[in-house]
Amino acid sequence: MRAYRSSSSVVVAGKYIALGFYVAFALFPLYWLLKIAVTPDKLIFTDGTSLVPSGFTFENFSTVLVQTDFLAYFRNSLVVSLGTAAITTCIAAAAGYAFSRFDFRGKRLVIAVMLITQMFPLLMIIAPIYKIVAYVGLLNSLTSLIIVYTAFNIPFATFLMQSFFDGIPKDLEEAGMIDGCTRFTALRKIILPLTLPGLAATLGFIFTAAWSELLFALMLINSNDTMTFPVGLLTFVSKFSVDWGQMMAAGVLALVPSCLFFIFIQRYLVQGLTSGAVKG
Amino acid sequence: MARIELQTISKAYGSVEVMRDINLTIEDGEFIVLVGPSGCGKSTLLRMIAGLEPITGGEFRIDGKRMNEVPPRDRDMAMVFQSYALYPHMDVARNMGFSLEIRKSATEERVSKVEAAAKTLGLTDLTKRLPKALSGGQRQRVAMGRAIVRDPSAFLFDEPLSNLDAALRVEMRLEIARLHQRLAATMIYVTHDQVEALTLADRIVVLNAGDIQQVGTPLELYERPANKFVAQFIGSPTMNILSVEQSGRGVQLKDGTVLQLTNGSDKSSARELGVRPEHLNVVTPEKAHLSGVAELVEHLGSDTNIHAKVPGVGQVLVRQHGHFPLKAGEPVDIALDLEKAHLFDADGRRLAA
Ligand SMILES: Nc1ncnc2c1ncn2[C@@H]1O[C@H](COP(=O)(O)OP(=O)(O)OP(=O)(O)O)[C@@H](O)[C@H]1O
Ligand SMILES: [Mg+2]
Repeated sequence: MRAYRSSSSVVVAGKYIALGFYVAFALFPLYWLLKIAVTPDKLIFTDGTSLVPSGFTFENFSTVLVQTDFLAYFRNSLVVSLGTAAITTCIAAAAGYAFSRFDFRGKRLVIAVMLITQMFPLLMIIAPIYKIVAYVGLLNSLTSLIIVYTAFNIPFATFLMQSFFDGIPKDLEEAGMIDGCTRFTALRKIILPLTLPGLAATLGFIFTAAWSELLFALMLINSNDTMTFPVGLLTFVSKFSVDWGQMMAAGVLALVPSCLFFIFIQRYLVQGLTSGAVKG
Repeated sequence: MARIELQTISKAYGSVEVMRDINLTIEDGEFIVLVGPSGCGKSTLLRMIAGLEPITGGEFRIDGKRMNEVPPRDRDMAMVFQSYALYPHMDVARNMGFSLEIRKSATEERVSKVEAAAKTLGLTDLTKRLPKALSGGQRQRVAMGRAIVRDPSAFLFDEPLSNLDAALRVEMRLEIARLHQRLAATMIYVTHDQVEALTLADRIVVLNAGDIQQVGTPLELYERPANKFVAQFIGSPTMNILSVEQSGRGVQLKDGTVLQLTNGSDKSSARELGVRPEHLNVVTPEKAHLSGVAELVEHLGSDTNIHAKVPGVGQVLVRQHGHFPLKAGEPVDIALDLEKAHLFDADGRRLAA
């Protein structure tokens, strides 16, 4: 009995150590980002790999905010990411609902095609995308990015939304329809409130994906005033040197909206919203 | 109030026909129970009546008006789902009043109707709770309340009690019977529990594999089953079926015993004899039709079920009232109540008495 208990507490301790190790591993890059951002420029190389900076400054942040185009990049990224997230989620919710609830001709085909689009490495299609965007005259515009990101994220977002709708018993809408709803009212009054966690998760996921996308932004945007944030970060890399402090400060600032966004949606992410609907 | 007519209704999923040629008229205020084995189409039929499932063929009428294409919300029917289907994000009161909310009835009217229904169902203290904070039985009551509040012209129930334990099931069964007496509304009730069917129904519809086997009052089904399927489906324990062939004015069992059946005239097409276990009796050897050995004796208190093996005839189940002092392995002599026996032909149809 004693042996069993002590061995199980060893297991528990082992679990916590493993978890702690994992968390440290995952968070270390973030810590390093923050550390470099607050280290005065002249100390960056002398400090080397010591874990705590020997000096402390907010100078990098103020330089980034005042002297660079960072705020413009930031605004562009916000427009692109919010636009992409909103449009994608709306379309994916509608498509996911249809896939989950209806049987229609060509359903399997559409699903297959959507899966296939997810199989190609993006690099393969970058040239044709560039040609198309250039042809319709949308190069250097935020619109082009929103369209391209939306197109790429819809399949995944649709599958995600479909699985959320699948998790809501069909009986609920049917009960609503018998209670006097049209299919649409039932969707709005019964299904929608129950899929809020799903919508929030999808929004969050797409927002982050668009926020950190570099490849297409690099290809489709050249002018400084439509650059998104990941592209803008590269301007801190000049031919002869990298401005580490400012780049890291910009990186820290770039984390802020993602964090805010998740804090805002996390209350919708709580699970178990549908519990109690059916016998269970 | 509603008189519901189904005329040559059929249902197919793609090329698979799951129901065919369903004809049924349900009178206003009648309590109809649909029974049948799993997969026979009970739910499908109910859902077609509710409007949740498109009708493939035939005509569906309410009070003489064709309703095939009318959406569920305009059929004025309330439905209680097997899963209850309570709206998880609404409290009990809002769940019950949701139909009135959708139909934009006045708030005071809604509140008073919900209160009245909650009172009838003993839910008054729970109206502010969410469904997840209710027990199974309470959820079931809320689901019933949601139907009552609407005061519909017909109630549809799809196995509403199958998720409850035995005691609660009996209680809710009484509740539903009371509800029917009080509201006098048309009710269509799906179940595969024959006790529910026999106790609740004005008329029972027995379905098998998408066909109606028989429609009748509980007593009619018990006493005059149309065929072997109904005979075996209604009544518990199941009716004994023994192979026979004609012999003079009676029939002859496989072991040579001749039974002088008085009912019916033509027995030439008789292939099987059906006798319910309660119509068999353990008797003294000289009065017996069959003699065998008790293989298994079940003492249920109110009844004793004797599973006997009769050489040349096969397994026979005898149900004796009360406690019957018999042990497995002992010989047993059995008499059949020939008045209550049924004869079936090669297709399983019952030969008219
Ligand atoms: N969407 C569907 N596509 C194809 N066949 C279906 C579909 N829904 C039901 N069926 C078939 O229709 C038949 C009737 O099903 P139904 O659900 O009405 O049975 P049931 O009598 O209610 O059974 P249970 O007692 O198990 O609830 C079954 O054979 C089933 O396989
Ligand atoms: Mg069913």
